[in-house]
Amino acid sequence: MTGEAGAPAVVRIASVEKRFEAGGGGTVALAGIDLDIGRGEFVSLIGPSGCGKSTLLRLIGDLIAPSAGTVEVNGKAAHAARLGREYGIVFQAPVLFEWRTVEDNVKLPLELMGMGRPDRERRARAMLELVELGEFARHHPYQLSGGMQQRVAIARALALEPAILLMDEPFGALDEMTRERMNSEVLRIWRQTGTTIVFVTHSIPEAVFLSTRVVVMSARPGRITRLVEVPLAHPRNDETREDPTYFRLVTEVREALRGGGGGSDATDGVDGPSPERLAAEGGIG
Amino acid sequence: MPPSAERSALGRIGIFLAFLALLLIAWEGVKLLGGDPWRSDGKVVWDPPLNIWFASNLMLPHVWDIWRALADPVQRGTEQSLAAFLMGAAFYTWREAAIGFVAGAVIGIALAALFVHSRLAERAFVPYVIASQTIPIVALAPMIVFAFGPNVTSVVIIATYLTFFPVTIAMIRGLRSPDPRALELMRSYAAGRWSVFWKLRMPASLPYLFTALKIAATASVVGAIVGEGPGGIPDGLGRAIVNFNTQYITGPEKLWAAILASAVIGIAFFGIVRVAEVVTLRSRGLRTEAA
Repeated sequence: MTGEAGAPAVVRIASVEKRFEAGGGGTVALAGIDLDIGRGEFVSLIGPSGCGKSTLLRLIGDLIAPSAGTVEVNGKAAHAARLGREYGIVFQAPVLFEWRTVEDNVKLPLELMGMGRPDRERRARAMLELVELGEFARHHPYQLSGGMQQRVAIARALALEPAILLMDEPFGALDEMTRERMNSEVLRIWRQTGTTIVFVTHSIPEAVFLSTRVVVMSARPGRITRLVEVPLAHPRNDETREDPTYFRLVTEVREALRGGGGGSDATDGVDGPSPERLAAEGGIG
Repeated sequence: MPPSAERSALGRIGIFLAFLALLLIAWEGVKLLGGDPWRSDGKVVWDPPLNIWFASNLMLPHVWDIWRALADPVQRGTEQSLAAFLMGAAFYTWREAAIGFVAGAVIGIALAALFVHSRLAERAFVPYVIASQTIPIVALAPMIVFAFGPNVTSVVIIATYLTFFPVTIAMIRGLRSPDPRALELMRSYAAGRWSVFWKLRMPASLPYLFTALKIAATASVVGAIVGEGPGGIPDGLGRAIVNFNTQYITGPEKLWAAILASAVIGIAFFGIVRVAEVVTLRSRGLRTEAA
């Protein structure tokens, strides 16, 4: 599996497996994961609950370590990349520090890397302009709506100009209208900054609308079952959502999720084969 | 202050005063029904119909007798009024309590920080921290005085001893209160323990800290008063309470006045911490619930 032709890989995942020890045995959360993500790509991870898509995201970000296999980011081990502060992360909840103003929340990573005060000031301003919240710099998080708080979280994640932006169902808690607006917003930011984005979602239309490539996963154990290229033109807008190609891709991803391969039903898979056997089979690729 | 906040502050004072008035009416009402005969210039002006055992002048002096005692000299042949004496003693005791309070808060935060960062330390020491609080202060105070001498240091140590515990327990909770994702976020920024402590754990724990400090404020006053007895400190409320206790038969008003004085410094100390809480939390955009 390679990224877009010619683009150097920012993320290189090879034969990754993740087990969680619990009680007597352990559960295999991910097995046989191989994935390359090219520079500037927008990759969505989609799959049913328990398919390990958030786990995969956390592995890329070195928030957890793989049980086997390697994760490289920018040619370094994920651990080294994290220490080099090459990640920006956005969670489903904004996770803003409520005692800090909007501006000071964006400055947090800059403080941690030891950037001087004037530079911090300038960068935080620029990031807030990017997410169009410049006038709310001195507000406290509780004074902002959910969508605005999530934009602050995006500004904070981008403040360090990370090599890669990891987003874990960032708009899952928002209403449909806000979610569509945020989708356009995040695409604009992606085009403007050229950041590589890995995006975890439950929503098929969201995945297709945003991505250059959709990674379809199935559960028990979590593995990659299909890669769907999204050749929709940019900039994408409301018309994109009515494009026949868009519908075809949505259907393709939906069918990939249903077919899954392996389990009786990839969207549930209660009666699927034992984790051990699937782990031995490995994922595709 | 917005008008509604102003009104609620006024309302709170109003409720406090109304309740105080009710309390005084109930106090004197009981005496009216079943206390000793009421006298004015030696003549009986009212003989209560009932006999309520706790309503006698010895058990429950008239409010105005306590008030009058405050204006009278503290001892026969001295100029100083009881009120002036109690104010001096209360301030002296409050100072001891305040030093103990600060020391206890610092020790409490330090212990909690240690426990949050080391499971081993937590498992090893927390049982002793809890056990320390089951030892009655009246048993421990003489030992502390024996070790450190009959001086203010001993009294401060006793106040500290009563203060650190609520702070430790609340801060263990408070320092662990951040959202796990906030900790992941800090991890993704490769933040060290020190940064995580000062930029995340400590600010997140402030509401817990202030709750503990309010308990500690009143506990430190109790510690100082109790410690002054064995500590042999003549200038504070503790000694005054012991003395007035022995003089209770001849002048119960004085002990009541001393109890009133200790309550006042306890409430005042609590109030100071509450104001600090509101100012600190508000400036950080956090909500501040009453008490």
